[in-house]
Formats: sequence, C-alpha cells, structure tokens
Amino acid sequence: MSEPTLGLERAGLQDLYRSLCLTRAAEERLELLQKQGHVTGGLYRSLGQEAGAVGAAYALRRRTDGTGDMLCHTIRAAGALFLFGGELIDYFRQYMAKGTSPTRGREANVHWFDFQKGFVGPVSPLGTMIEIMAGMTLSFRVRGEDRIGIVFYGDGASSTGAWHEGLNFAAVQRCPMILIVENNQWAFSTPTSKNTRVSSFTEKGPGYGIDTEAVDGTDVLAVFDAVRRAALQVRSGGGTHMIELNYFRRKGHAQHDPQDYVDPVVIRAWEKKDPLDLYRSRLLHNEWASEEELMVIEEQTFEECRVAAEAAIAEPYPEGSEAVLGVYTDVAMPHPWTRSNSPDPTLA
Amino acid sequence: MDPETPEHLLKTKRGEPVTMLEAISEALFEEMIRDESVFLMGEDIGVYGGAFKVTRDFLSFFGENRVIDTPIAEGGFTGAAAGAAHMGLRPVVEIQFMDFISPAYDVITNYIATSNYRGAGPQPLVIRGPVGGGNRGGPFHSQNVEMAFFHTPGLKIVYPSTARDAKGLLKASIRDDNPVIFEEHKGLYRAPSLREVLPDDDYVVPLGEARIVREGTDITIVTYGSMVHKSVEAAETMETEDGVSVEIVDLRTLLPLDEDAIVESVKKTNKLLVVHEDTRTGGIAGEIAIRVSEKAFEWLDGPILRVTAIDAPVPYSGSLEDYFLPQTDDVLKAARYLAAY
Repeated sequence: MSEPTLGLERAGLQDLYRSLCLTRAAEERLELLQKQGHVTGGLYRSLGQEAGAVGAAYALRRRTDGTGDMLCHTIRAAGALFLFGGELIDYFRQYMAKGTSPTRGREANVHWFDFQKGFVGPVSPLGTMIEIMAGMTLSFRVRGEDRIGIVFYGDGASSTGAWHEGLNFAAVQRCPMILIVENNQWAFSTPTSKNTRVSSFTEKGPGYGIDTEAVDGTDVLAVFDAVRRAALQVRSGGGTHMIELNYFRRKGHAQHDPQDYVDPVVIRAWEKKDPLDLYRSRLLHNEWASEEELMVIEEQTFEECRVAAEAAIAEPYPEGSEAVLGVYTDVAMPHPWTRSNSPDPTLA
Repeated sequence: MDPETPEHLLKTKRGEPVTMLEAISEALFEEMIRDESVFLMGEDIGVYGGAFKVTRDFLSFFGENRVIDTPIAEGGFTGAAAGAAHMGLRPVVEIQFMDFISPAYDVITNYIATSNYRGAGPQPLVIRGPVGGGNRGGPFHSQNVEMAFFHTPGLKIVYPSTARDAKGLLKASIRDDNPVIFEEHKGLYRAPSLREVLPDDDYVVPLGEARIVREGTDITIVTYGSMVHKSVEAAETMETEDGVSVEIVDLRTLLPLDEDAIVESVKKTNKLLVVHEDTRTGGIAGEIAIRVSEKAFEWLDGPILRVTAIDAPVPYSGSLEDYFLPQTDDVLKAARYLAAY
C-alpha cells in the first residue's frame, strides 16, 4: 500500500527529489572546483541535511514578482535558495568570487539577495537574521500583505542574544514568520549539549509563547508536511512558529575541518539515514517514480551543475579598484592617493 | 474621522519659536505625514511619548502600526528596522539613551552598514536618540557614541547644534537612502537660548555640509553639538578682550566629514583648534588633524590642538562631571595659547 502523498502530484513528488539531487550535485561540483583552485574561501557541505531545506521551501509560496513568501536560507540550506529561484550559475559565481556574481565579488557563497524572488542571504552572525526576518514580516503584517517569512539558522545561533531579541520581538509583534532551527548537532566543533541545556529546541518555544514542533530532518515529506501546516497557521494570523529539524552534519564545519572530534561510528550510522537514499527508495516503493525517471533526474542535475560551473569559471574577477564602489548610495569613496599616477596626498 | 494634529506640533506653523526638541518632533511628525512608509520604533515612545516626550501624542495620531513600543532589546528592534527597510519602509528607531545603542552595535556595523556594499540594497533608516553630558546622568545616560560608529564605512553620523539644523538634518536623514545615526544632545533639547522661529516651509539641511557659525581670520575652531555654543562664547570673549578673530566651523554631519570646509577655513586662518565633548583618545580631533596634515600642512602656523572631555567614564557628581567635560574656559585658554603661538 502506498504512503499518503500530502496532496502532492507525481510531478511534485519528483520535484522534491530533483531539488535534493541538485543540492548534492552542486556541492559535489564545488568540491571538484575547490580541488581545481576555483573556489575562493571556505566550502561548506550540507551532506545529510538536504531534505530540511528542500522540504521547507517547497511548502511556501515562491514567486518572482515580490509578492511571495520570504526566505532567509543558510549555507546548509542551498536547496531552499534554488527553489526560491536562486540561479545555479550565481551560486558558482558567488563561491568563485566572480565580478559577475550577484554581489560583484563582495560577498561569499550563499550570501546573496533577490527581494523580487523573495530571498535574503544571511550574514555570518546568523542570529541577526532572526531580527531581520522579524522586521520583514512585521512589514507584511502592518501593511496587511498575505506573505510570511521563513528563516533558517543553526543550533549554535540559538545561543546568541540576537536570536533571543529577534524571536522575542517577533513573538510580541505576532510577526508571520517560521523559524527553522537546523539542529545538525554541531556548531563547528561544539556539540549541541554545550550550547543548550534543553534536550530539544522545541522546549524553548513556550518561553516565548510560540508553537513549536520537531521533525526528522532527513525525511523530506515530513519536513514539507510540518512547514505546510505551520505556514497555514502563520498565514492565518497565528503569529510566530518554530520548527526544529533533527539530523546530523556528516561533514566538517567546512572542508578544512577534518571533523576528528566526531566518532566515526556515529557518522557511519547517519550514512544509513541519507535523505536522498531514503526518499529515492520511497519514490520507487510507492511507485511515485520509475527507476528510469530518477536516473534522468540524477543525470540532468549533474549536467546542469557541470554546465553552470564551466560557464562561471570562464567569467572574470572584479577589478580591484571596484572595491571603493557602493559603500554609500550617494557618496564616493576616494581611491588611495598612493595608487594615482602622480602620488600627492593634497590632491587625493 | 482623522485625528487632529496635536497643538504642540504646530508651533512653527503658528510662527512661534521652538526648542530643539520641538524641532525634532516637528521633523518626525511632518515626515510621517509626508511619507506613509516612515514609521517609528523604540522603547516607551508610544503611550508614554518617549523618555524625553519627543513623540508625545504620536501614537494616538498615527496608530500602533506606525508608532511601535518595543521590548527592551535595542539589537532586536534595530535589526527588525533593517528588515523592514529592506521591504520598502523607512524606519526611525529611537534609542532611549544612546548609551544603550551598544546591544545594536552588531547589527548596525555587520549588517546595516554593509548592506548596500554587499548588494543587499540600501538601508534607509535612522537611529536617533539623546546623547551627551552635563545633566548629571552618570556613566549610562550621558555618553556620546559617535566614535563607536565613525570607523564604520556605510554609516552616516549627524549631530546638530541648533533647532533649525536639527529639524532640517533629521528630515534629510529620513529621506536619505543610507543608514544614519542621529545624535541629539539632551542638554540642548530644551535650552531656552536655542529657541528660534523656524521657516514654515519644508526645508532640509543637506547631510555632509558643515556650517560656518562665525567668520574669523586668526584661528579656526572645528566643533559640533553642544561645544558649538561654548566655542561661540569663547570666541566672543576673544574678540572683545583679545582682539582675536575666531572662525567657528560646526560640522553638523560627522560622517561623511566635510573635509573641504575644514581645510578651507584652516587655509584662511592658519591655526586649528578642535573642540569636542566626546572623550579624548580616538576622538574626532585625531581624524581632523591628520586630514589637515594631508591637505594643508604648508598653511599651518601652529600645532593642531584639541579640547575634549577627559578619558574616563562620565561621572555622576556635579563637581566630577564639570571637571570631566570641556568648559568654555578650556576653549578660551586653548584658543589664547594658539593665538599667541
């Protein structure tokens, strides 16, 4: 007997798999690019966490005209970024710090923005993004817009003052937003037990007067279902909501982290809960997709990443002198006087 | 039926003089009327009308969607202002005392100030509040915060010294697409000597432009905020008792700094004294001195000197605070030393 499809058609069920494959293929492509010396700065994998981002984003209204829901993703939620319309080639341009990237080489990886498509890239102190999304969704409420926001952050960010201040503000103002805590059990090398005394982040919700729910973050349909229900509640004036995704960060904090503080036996155990493998089996078992259809998806996403990465490699880096541009909307920053052809400080 | 404009916000319309505080209230009120996207957030600004009553009666006029009483969490609501600014609103955040801006330092410096540069778009918001000493407020109700932010590219910092400038600069700040930190000296808020009749048109004072308060030929004093008035007192004494002509430049906007105005004045007088109420080390005098060194070294006929508060937390007791703060007599002594140099 087949499992319930949560209202998704066959195409939708396969869409989810496509997004999972795209996320993983993009990150695997980045690993290759890094070995080839094309990646500027750190590279962060979401291996084992892909279903959280995909399931959550798929449950929201994704539009391109600035009227849809608003996403704040993280480095380990690239699948959500892609679902909200973030272009694959821009993802590679960002990682390669190209002048053609959305931030023109000023910012790294997934830290980019498109308010028409409805995503705001994070800044590195992730707790801040709770405050930012509180303000974005406050604007939805006071203007009576039928929009909600969703903000991803890690178990570590839950310890920051910004997280508390942003969440408390949102709860009091009944901001229509969903917080998604990606509890992958590690904040760099610090385990969750050293970030909080509670055994589940859902225990924090009552302290703020908001509803919470924990969900298996390796199960894309379970995440989709939880976020869909939360979104209904939030959209109908239910205020702020929090969902905890439980899974495991199977790679180091970044590629430069050998993760030697984690018991390898634990990592191997979590390999058996790989979100792509689990969902692929269900698609076949429930006859939501055929083996051939899945192989096409796998080949297509691999190829899309290859093509986009190749195109991004060929593009130029920004001119160094562009570093002075864009500090203000209306005030020009001077170039260093020592860089002019006839250096003279009085002329700078 | 629309609520009626509160009487106390119509003084300029009636041609009556206003204090600097009333000028600030009028600026906020008129901007909120002019542009529906302007809204206010802060602690106790609604029902209570703000700790200094800057937003008295705003809540009943504009409603609680545009005058938002917040939790005591400067980081949280300043961050929320940034999110709202992304969505096309123009938030004006009140920090009850600017000493309490420090919890928002993270979001201001890491997020708000970098937003446009990062490609996340402009951050049209104003963070305003009372600063400054002399009111026996002690260490946590008296600080000047400009130099905590002066080093952050992407921010603008405004610090008016008169009612006219306060109103015009605040309007310009609200209309500016960049984030502005707007400092209001609480000792000037209700100072009777600063009461003036303002133009009743919709004037603005552009950011980034200093004002020559007083023309002179022998010494330049570059200053801002409350020290403008102490410098003027010293200059008047110099004029009558010493026959020395002092030019006073009121910076008005600290960031971006109006370097041209400073350099031009120094080239005229050849001597520079910087006066600020903020503490000494890392004060703006240092930046001004190096700019003059870069641009007008050959014009200098004496050392660049400064009069500032001492490097200490702001003390509570009157005798201590008066010693801590720069006084007119300090300005006078420094100016006389420079004149004789």
